[in-house]
Amino acid sequence: MSGSAAVSVRDLSFTYPAARKSPALLALSGVSFEAEKGKSLGLLGPNGSGKSTLFKILATAAHPGSGSISILGHDIVRERAAVRRSLGVVFQHPSLDLKLTVNENIRFQGRLYGLSGPALSRAVDAAVERFGLGSHANSAAETLSGGMRRRVELAKALLHGPEILILDEPTTGLDPAARREFWRHLQDLRSERSLTILTTTHLMDEAEALDRLAILDRGRLLALGTPAELKATVSGDVLTVESAEPQKLQALMLDKLGIKSRLIDAVLRVEQAQAHLLIPRIVESFPELAQAVHFSKPSLEDVFLGKTGRRFEIGKKEGMGP
Amino acid sequence: MILAAATLFERELLRFYRDRGRVIGAFLPPVLFWLLLGSGLGSSFRLPGTAGPVGFLQFFFAGTLMLIVLFTSVFATISIIEDRKEGFLQAVLVSPSSRLAVVLGKVAGASAVGFLQGLAFLLFVRQAGFSPSLSGWLVAALAMLLSSVGLTSLGFAIAWKSSSTQAFHAVMNLFLLPLWMLSGAVFPIQTAPPWLRLVMRINPVSYGIAAIQESLAPAQGIAGLPHLGASLAILTLMSAALAAFAALIASRE
Repeated sequence: MSGSAAVSVRDLSFTYPAARKSPALLALSGVSFEAEKGKSLGLLGPNGSGKSTLFKILATAAHPGSGSISILGHDIVRERAAVRRSLGVVFQHPSLDLKLTVNENIRFQGRLYGLSGPALSRAVDAAVERFGLGSHANSAAETLSGGMRRRVELAKALLHGPEILILDEPTTGLDPAARREFWRHLQDLRSERSLTILTTTHLMDEAEALDRLAILDRGRLLALGTPAELKATVSGDVLTVESAEPQKLQALMLDKLGIKSRLIDAVLRVEQAQAHLLIPRIVESFPELAQAVHFSKPSLEDVFLGKTGRRFEIGKKEGMGP
Repeated sequence: MILAAATLFERELLRFYRDRGRVIGAFLPPVLFWLLLGSGLGSSFRLPGTAGPVGFLQFFFAGTLMLIVLFTSVFATISIIEDRKEGFLQAVLVSPSSRLAVVLGKVAGASAVGFLQGLAFLLFVRQAGFSPSLSGWLVAALAMLLSSVGLTSLGFAIAWKSSSTQAFHAVMNLFLLPLWMLSGAVFPIQTAPPWLRLVMRINPVSYGIAAIQESLAPAQGIAGLPHLGASLAILTLMSAALAAFAALIASRE
């Protein structure tokens, strides 16, 4: 498959060196995966999972520690210039010059990528048209709304016609409507031309819509596959049972009903096929202890939970490293 | 590389002249210093070893020019820190443009801004009591351009390493302002005590001041100034060295 891989990462590790107040930090450890040409791949993980470090390395903003990365067959270290030309990068933090107009922002970006003259003018006009920026082309970037600014970022990143687009939490700070619109633009682009998309995200609904996902936790690659494949690794359905005395209930459920459960964040979780049949038994057997029972089909959150024993959101607060 | 450098150069000029506050902030305070100090000290100031009377307004003219160049290039290089914080720089650094192009564009843009601001002040040369020849004008402008490149490169190197604009201001107050004060801009080198005279001789900014003073008033024969050609040569060397230093700082990392 490496022949058709747009991005190939092999055994990548990265350590932030020790600084005055913090010890050295292993941000990535033995990560390997491939991104297929023309498909989208999501790097999913809580803060501190290493996905932002991975983004930085793929965007050529940081050197890989050990291991190798090739992008369209070019080594990311030795053939940096070729790699950079084939990448369009959208950062989490905006990269617009707010004092310049939309048009100037896009034009200057094109020149940094070697476009000039009529070719540049054509590309800028096409981008302004494509992303519906016409009426704002001569406004200073600082006057635009958040959603509009993101569109300019996207226009900038795609101006030089890169084959691979990599994005770092691109919809951070956007309201749901603007987020949907941003993704609609990306989907349209995908259907127009073959564009490989690599994006980091910690939003489950965004991740669901991608072709494949790489789930990262504490610098390691936990799982790799389509959203459907990943969800299929969770055995059956998911029940969560809330109780004032979860430990007691856990023991009783096992003794009396033979139901195995895991206690995670003071909530009991049961994973098994046909789990809905257990609901009346639990409620009838422990009317006092069982305060709420929820049934759900497995989600990506459950995949993460199943592999780590921690909830996604909790991991988010722990935040180890940048 | 030239295209990328030219892009960043153009951006620097656009940003400066679009921001009226910065244009005024870099120009008006030095001019006010000049007028207030010049008028206040006025004729109580005597430049030793001069043939005719040289008032402070006249003596301080070259110092004011240098202060404008200093202020402007400092404000312009501080934008490197803002570029980093606001995110503009990250997009530049992952583009195929070389680091050298980034330094070149930024330093050239900021120097040009400092130079043009200085040039505007040079128009007041007659009000200051000078009557330079055309070549005097040109040499003064050249000295200013060289000083501007040197100071901007120094500012760039400091700003590249600074984590915040506050940190930059601290360095600037501790380092860049004394550099200006001890250059013969505010008081002449020959009235300074010997140890200070030594510091002033080592200070590269002194040669910028000397070159400007000499090119504007060659006939006045102010004692203690190095030869014009020597000043320009030292200035050129220093500016080139500082520019190379800035490029070196930015290409590591």
